[in-house]
Amino acid sequence: MASHLAGGKVNVGQVQELARKELLQLLGKCDGSKAIVWDESLAGPVGLVAKYSLLRENEVLKMFPLRAGHLPAANVRNIIFITRPQLYLMDLVADNIYGEERASGYRKEFHLFFVPRKSLLCEKWLKNRGVFGNFTLIEEFGCDLFPFDSDLMSMELESAFKEYYLENDPTCLYQVAQAIMTLQSLFGVIPRVSGKGPAAKQVWDLMCRMARERQSTEAPGHIPQSQIDHLLLLDRGVDLLTPLATQLTYEGLIDEIFGINNTTAQFPPERFTKSDDGATDLSAERKQIILNSGEELFAEIRDKNFNAVGPALSRKAKLISSQFEERHGEKTVQEIKQFVARLPHMMATKASLATHTTIAELIKEVTDSNKFLESLQTEQEFMNGIDTDKVHPYIEDCIAQKEPLIKVLRLICMQSVTNSGLKLKVLEHYKREIIQTYGFQHILSLTNLENAGLIKLQQGSRQYTVLRKTLRLTVEDGSEIVPTDISYVHSVYAPVSVRLAQYLVRPNGWRGLQDVLGLLPGPTIEESQSLPVGRGPRRGSIGSQSSQNDMPRVVLVFFLGGCTFAEVSALRFLSQQEDSLVEFVIATTKLINGNTFLKYLMEPLGPDIPPPRQ
Amino acid sequence: MSAMLTADWCPLGRDTYFRKFEIYSMSWQNEINMENVSVAVAPYGGPVAVIRDRKKFVKVQGIGKPVISIYSASGKNISSIVWTSGQIIQLGWSSTEDLLCVQDDGSVLIYDMFGTYQHTFSMGQEAKDTKIIEAKIFANLNGTGVAVLTSSYRIFLVNSVKEPKVRRLAEVPSLNVPPSSWAIISEDRQTRVLVAKDKELFVLKQSEPHALPVTPDFAQPVNSVIEMAVSQNNRHVALFADSGRLWIGSADIRKQYYEFDTKCPYRPKQLVWCGTEAVIGYWDNVLLVIGRQGDYINYGYDSAVRLVPEMDGVRVLSTFSHEMIQKVPLVVQQIFRINSTDPSSYLLEASKQFQKRSYRADEYIRLVKDHLEVAVRQCIEAAGYEFDTGNQKMLIRAAQFGKGFVPDLNSDSYVKMCRLLRVLNAVRDNKIGIPLTCTQMQHLTIQVLLDRLVLRRHYYLAIQIAKYLKLPYNEGSSRILAHWACYKVKQTQLDREQVARDIAEKLGYAPGISYSEIAMKAADCGRMQLAIKLMDYEPRASLQVPLLLRLGEDRPALVKAIESGDTDLVYTVLLHLRENMPLGEFQMAVRNYPVAQALYLKYCRDHNRETLRDIYVQEDDYNAQAACFIREIYDPKNTLTVEASLSAAQESYRRARNEFSAGLCEEQQKLLRYQKTLEEKFRREFVGRSLHDTVYLLLLLQETKLADKLRAEYRVTDRRYWWLRILSLSELGEWMELDKFSKSKKSPIGIEPFVDVCLKYENKYEAQKYLPKVKDELKVKYYVKTGMFEEAAQIAFEQKDLQALLFVQGRSAPADRNVSEKISLLITQLSAKK
Repeated sequence: MASHLAGGKVNVGQVQELARKELLQLLGKCDGSKAIVWDESLAGPVGLVAKYSLLRENEVLKMFPLRAGHLPAANVRNIIFITRPQLYLMDLVADNIYGEERASGYRKEFHLFFVPRKSLLCEKWLKNRGVFGNFTLIEEFGCDLFPFDSDLMSMELESAFKEYYLENDPTCLYQVAQAIMTLQSLFGVIPRVSGKGPAAKQVWDLMCRMARERQSTEAPGHIPQSQIDHLLLLDRGVDLLTPLATQLTYEGLIDEIFGINNTTAQFPPERFTKSDDGATDLSAERKQIILNSGEELFAEIRDKNFNAVGPALSRKAKLISSQFEERHGEKTVQEIKQFVARLPHMMATKASLATHTTIAELIKEVTDSNKFLESLQTEQEFMNGIDTDKVHPYIEDCIAQKEPLIKVLRLICMQSVTNSGLKLKVLEHYKREIIQTYGFQHILSLTNLENAGLIKLQQGSRQYTVLRKTLRLTVEDGSEIVPTDISYVHSVYAPVSVRLAQYLVRPNGWRGLQDVLGLLPGPTIEESQSLPVGRGPRRGSIGSQSSQNDMPRVVLVFFLGGCTFAEVSALRFLSQQEDSLVEFVIATTKLINGNTFLKYLMEPLGPDIPPPRQ
Repeated sequence: MSAMLTADWCPLGRDTYFRKFEIYSMSWQNEINMENVSVAVAPYGGPVAVIRDRKKFVKVQGIGKPVISIYSASGKNISSIVWTSGQIIQLGWSSTEDLLCVQDDGSVLIYDMFGTYQHTFSMGQEAKDTKIIEAKIFANLNGTGVAVLTSSYRIFLVNSVKEPKVRRLAEVPSLNVPPSSWAIISEDRQTRVLVAKDKELFVLKQSEPHALPVTPDFAQPVNSVIEMAVSQNNRHVALFADSGRLWIGSADIRKQYYEFDTKCPYRPKQLVWCGTEAVIGYWDNVLLVIGRQGDYINYGYDSAVRLVPEMDGVRVLSTFSHEMIQKVPLVVQQIFRINSTDPSSYLLEASKQFQKRSYRADEYIRLVKDHLEVAVRQCIEAAGYEFDTGNQKMLIRAAQFGKGFVPDLNSDSYVKMCRLLRVLNAVRDNKIGIPLTCTQMQHLTIQVLLDRLVLRRHYYLAIQIAKYLKLPYNEGSSRILAHWACYKVKQTQLDREQVARDIAEKLGYAPGISYSEIAMKAADCGRMQLAIKLMDYEPRASLQVPLLLRLGEDRPALVKAIESGDTDLVYTVLLHLRENMPLGEFQMAVRNYPVAQALYLKYCRDHNRETLRDIYVQEDDYNAQAACFIREIYDPKNTLTVEASLSAAQESYRRARNEFSAGLCEEQQKLLRYQKTLEEKFRREFVGRSLHDTVYLLLLLQETKLADKLRAEYRVTDRRYWWLRILSLSELGEWMELDKFSKSKKSPIGIEPFVDVCLKYENKYEAQKYLPKVKDELKVKYYVKTGMFEEAAQIAFEQKDLQALLFVQGRSAPADRNVSEKISLLITQLSAKK
């Protein structure tokens, strides 16, 4: 079990352990040497569950991405496809098998593992393609949630929001409900469930249904004690603004600028050459760095506003150098021994200090640039409700200079949300500008954004203005270095989603919030699940509000449609407050930022034509 | 009494005894003569299949077709099958007590215990073509496997009859007569076959392409290994050579335990392992028990018998009786052995004396006072090994008696054994006829035993056992009830309503009941209405939906699938419906269910664009139709021209009253036409570019007039046009023109972009021209950008802006020390003033 996963009240390592055991068991069913062919979207996440070295120990000699055409040659007995149950992937699998069948040589056995569940549709598809019979084993690898950190899990379903809001396809909600059932089988039934939004309601309904189904099939008895007290289901559709806003936490900025995938980010290598990682890394095109709380320094600074990172790093640098200085003082043999014992830890800290100083420099180059500052300023104006109702000159300038389309769309969507919809004239102006500048092929992307509610026409009520006041979404005096409110993650703006969580865990819960909740889309859920006898929470009864003060409650926040690192940081900030009685655990369908969020909603048509040159 | 008990013991070597005792006297004595039948017996006291031995001549009565009769282990007839299929090579039982009949064409027919045909699988085309001459049925971890030997002396095997995958084993080199003997050794996941070609032995593994020769170390050379036996745990092997020598050793043939000379050169009728301690050979009238150390016991028989190896002994079936030969378990030996001084032996004696109300009970107890706990445990254990209820009682009583003298003794094992014995005695009863030993029972588990009772339709006994052992409801009773229900629905003579009522009454909504299984059985028997009725009780949609489809209940299946939230199920129903309904009807059906409709649309988007548009047409969704046309434009497979698609899209938008988008389509068409003429004129790539890029390219070509015209026609905003002009002029390096342009009109975007573009091309000189006109609040910033720190500082000083001064200093510091110092001076001045 990886060390960075344990440590919370709820041991996320158990999720990893469960998945790993299942994978190894599946691999064990295939005798002899193996090659794994990965659905590319899965190779990374599954790496969080089982490292390549572990697979090697289990006779996995080769790994290939699932692509059209032939498989690379591999002298193995078994070929194992591990994929999501998607039809286009089945076509690739079929192609691969045809190729392999035609190639002469030692006969191989084929296996297919679906993640997280088998699909009748896919099996039928394989039958139609005539390759179904080629498989020795067709199994499911029921890994719904991939462990990211001691308080963070992701399902890695990148298009969940798109599927639900654009295509009305509720598949991901079914998977979410399944994932929650898995969590409940590990950590016990969650006694209270709250939620907001249509997707949340649907997930709750599915949970009830599944509980009924399981009750009738499974033997009771091995349900563990409830370790999670409260589940909050948050539909991304309830809070569209937060993912659009630029994240200003350290981790959030890394994600915005370099992108973090499966807790790993890639950086330009030139700046890291000083480090003594050896020659292997230098040859790589990008420098890969794993970012999780296993690294002490990163755990300390990841959730800070970027403006607080510099001071923190320099404090750490001083501390380290003073520690190294100690060796010059007069010492007894014992003291020297202690010093030597501490040395590896100090060296590691030094190395990670060097790494993060470099990353911080890289980020600073971006955040100091005029482009970044101007666009941030525009965002903050929008969030404060300034000039949201007319065409914004900065957006026009961005379009005129052909700034990346996503950046422009992000700003327009923000304006639309903060203005609770745009006037027809403004909306059409933006659309025309975009089509004229970036090309006609983007017309469907714009339609998609409209259908998903990210851009809309103004209709009477100004929900955002009310929300901003009642939920205190913009806090002007928030200090970035010693924050007192979650708004520090975006410097002025506090995410709606996290505010909802914050209110929920107060003694009154959402009771005083009915008016606000009414303004947000979709139904509100406040339910409770009956616990099996004797499986109640650790302390006395749930009802006794007064007696629960000694033990922090564990609240699982499940984002349906993705969440940002800034939201994660904000929730962590709430857990860490001194008077906090709550520990948040976060699960999401995918970790997103404004760019990735919009990218999946867009419909790329036609090739991008490079701009004309002289 | 104990003298009688040891009467059937025979010593084998010094400390080992074997015993032989009768389990049943057979009820088949009037029906079966062991002399002229061949018999297949299932292990774990399972059923017996009997068929007339084709090699023996007997008077045939009745029809000439062969009959397979199935009996319980106590000889009660269960069923008979009149064989109408091909020639049977081998009969055998699977681990789930199904009868496997291997035919010479390689097909394996499977029947249940009641003679009902289940299904057939084949051992492959090659086996079929060459015919098989021998077959062996073996147990392994996957259940039961089958191996066949063809007339071309190749061996094929199937590891599990549940999932028959035929594997062809390697060839034994130059084998041109049938192998002198062969046997299967199944290990964890490997199945090995040991083949003897006269004196040469080979191991065939399914993963090895070649046969591996092995050599047993016979003390004297032998001509041929003519029989072999593998122990039940697959660890030991016995090889019988034509010289009469029996080689006993490990399954890998590496280690020999003993080589025994039987002095009998004939092939034994049967050679089996008795547990792991001894091998039993059967020749006419003689059973020879040969220990691993070379000791032996001789039993005489005057009629034909059949040996059935079990994990802890061998059962001996004959026309009249059913006997068991086993090694006397150690605890039993310790208690009953003559002159035993074991504590348990004394305890037993004490208990007997106590029952006789003799004071000597006390004396015996005193003898074992310190070891009572052990003694009690041994008595309990020994009771488990006894078939005779009298002995069981005697031992249990002794244990109970001893228990009283040990304070705080945990009586769990005592209670458990009492319960277990009761269950064992119940199933061993003549009427049930499952002679399980305690060891077998523990190995088999109580669940499997219940399954076997259910298989024999002893539902009532099974339920009583489940209740008696206090099994959780869904592991015990509900499973049994479900089986009962399945059996019930198969009885087609019963009234439908009555059956449904009976089942619902007994089963209710109990957890662990799979109504779909019952319904499936009902459907299999053609009782559709009953099945549909039963389906309503099924909470799991994943089971409900496929069955409803099978029953032709399409709409309910779709509704249930949607309710479940499992989109995979919805797709399954959708595709099923589409294949089985006229398209129009199907589409009308689906449109009533929004989720189904959405999923179908999504499916069509990827796989069937034609249908997709059809549906949009049907739904009057003009916006979506337009989107389809627009996608077509960029689809390389599109057959229509871009113009046609665009105008179709425009038309659709117009119908949707989306005038704005329609206008965009129209403009795009116009633009494309114009771009074509431009392309011809200038020989540059215009088509496909955005309007913005088109104008820009014209500006780069210095065609300002044409650009102006386009700008006017498409109402390009002033802001954007100014940007276009500035950017293009700077890219061309037309600095004079740029300057002129800046003065032509008041810039709608301010003067700052002029500075920016100059700096972009590192033209500091040009940039300076525009600096004075930069807005005051941006001046400091732009002077810094241009690298004019001193001036910037001066302006900041004049504006009395300390922050700005510090900003300038921060930026200039690395560049010029001199400047930095000057700024410091200004800062102190400014600070002083305040």
